Amino acid sequence: MNTPLPVQPPASVQIRRKRTMRTTLEGITYLLPSLILFSIFLFYPMLRTMYLSVYLTDYQGNPVQFVGIENFVYLLKDVNFLQSVKATLLFVCYTVPTSVFLALCLALMANEKLKGIGLFRTCFSSTMGMSVAASSVIWMFMYNPSIGVINKVLSLFGISDVQWLLDPKIALVSVAISTIWMNTGFTFLILLGGLQNIDPSLYESARIAGVSYLYQLRKVTLPLLSPTLFFVTTVSLIHSFQTFGQIDILTKGGPMDATNVIVYSIYKDAFINYNFGSASAQAVILFFAILVVTFLQFKFGERKVHYQ
Amino acid sequence: MNVLRTFLLYALLITCSVVMLFPIVYAFLISFMSGAEVLQGHIWPQEFTTANYVAAFRKVPLLEYLLNSFIVSFLVMLGQLIVSSLAAFAFVFLNFKGRDVLFFLCIATMLIPWEATMIPNFLTVQKLGWLNSYLGLTVPFFALAFGIFLLRQHFKTIPLELYEAAQVSGVSHFRFFWNIVLPLSKTSLITLGIYSFLTTWNMYLWPLLVTNNDRVRTVQIGLKQMQTQEISTEWGVVMAAVIVVILPTLLLLFVGQKHLQKGLMQGAIK
Repeated sequence: MNTPLPVQPPASVQIRRKRTMRTTLEGITYLLPSLILFSIFLFYPMLRTMYLSVYLTDYQGNPVQFVGIENFVYLLKDVNFLQSVKATLLFVCYTVPTSVFLALCLALMANEKLKGIGLFRTCFSSTMGMSVAASSVIWMFMYNPSIGVINKVLSLFGISDVQWLLDPKIALVSVAISTIWMNTGFTFLILLGGLQNIDPSLYESARIAGVSYLYQLRKVTLPLLSPTLFFVTTVSLIHSFQTFGQIDILTKGGPMDATNVIVYSIYKDAFINYNFGSASAQAVILFFAILVVTFLQFKFGERKVHYQ
Repeated sequence: MNVLRTFLLYALLITCSVVMLFPIVYAFLISFMSGAEVLQGHIWPQEFTTANYVAAFRKVPLLEYLLNSFIVSFLVMLGQLIVSSLAAFAFVFLNFKGRDVLFFLCIATMLIPWEATMIPNFLTVQKLGWLNSYLGLTVPFFALAFGIFLLRQHFKTIPLELYEAAQVSGVSHFRFFWNIVLPLSKTSLITLGIYSFLTTWNMYLWPLLVTNNDRVRTVQIGLKQMQTQEISTEWGVVMAAVIVVILPTLLLLFVGQKHLQKGLMQGAIK
């Protein structure tokens, strides 16, 4: 950029310096809104969360007494927190692989060249426009033990009175099923985009070579789709760690804390029990969990991924 | 063989569509049923009645909630478009010291889950006196790393010669940004706009924290409110509200599906 010329009169150096100063100032001006907002609403609160996590706090969230890692030690011994970690991890395992797999199947079907395929694509992506609150209210009704459609249908098969949201053993699965449905739209749309980016001439040569559909899927489609699959899995994982709305509406973390996932636990501790210190410690743990997931995905996902 | 395959594919596609759409259609049908019919567990209403919709607007300030959601979503959309495009412009066209460091900072924001920052954010907004105001609902979301990346990708496709020509003819940076870069990036701006509007309209946790009266409450929180107040008795009314709430975003999604798909891919992968 600033390659110095061999001989340069001092005046032009000065002009040049002035110019660099001006462009720097100008650049920063354009970035200023973003920088200020990021600082106030992202960097500062993240540091503040870390700070609060080593303090006991009062009801207004002011730090009162430094306790070091005590909040964390307490959490790791706390049955409720361990239950919340377990619920979160189970929830992630239930939702992420299933939604990615189902969305992949839908995307493969919707990528075929058929009449009216656009209509099906719209159907499959429709849940992306649905809010968590609206979807949860609908599922709440479907799960209703006496008048909901799910138990009505099951009763035809002689299964009766499943307490979808009140039975501690199945409540988390119920929430997971509704979540998978909610996530399908987004995941489908991204995967379909990935499929459409694959060079059609490759399929042409596969067709001429006369390979079977499954062979083509394994040797052409999936390897070329792997960057997209990789991206969608990472996003779904992170998303899954941040689940809140469906828990708040469907189960409120119950029954017996079976669905008390981490973000709900943070919310309850901070805004219902006013225990900001402990809630901040949990938020720090959430931050590091997501950091580790992102890091692992990039480290190990990268190798299996085939970039075009 | 080929006919059989096509037939099977259609069968599968239709089955999957029915499963995917079922909850939405179900809610739609329930919203036209009378209370007694809902309790009998019917799926198809014997008589379509719009009473639930009337009730939904009468019993809760649904119209007010809708208006609030529109205002908040629109403001966030506008804010994100302005803030992101300014930043993206600097990252693409202005060459200055420290740019890479700042760009790295922007990437770093993507590693921070918003939920990990919500406690201090709540306290900040409280201290600013922004609880129960549009400011508290919108301003914290104006800066968006995804938006900056998305627009940056597009700005990079604008030929540098254009920029140089503008420089030579003495056009100021801002005029170049406003008169040339923005009009050339219409599609990306639309994509980001749709994305912003959709996500803000559907936001749940933050509005739950910072609103506690009907004056600024958004529809999503309104739904929660309804569902807890009228739970077992008036499901028809609740479903009518659900349909009203999802209609704007579903329409927006159907119109902007292609845009959104392309944009999400660009911002994410390349």
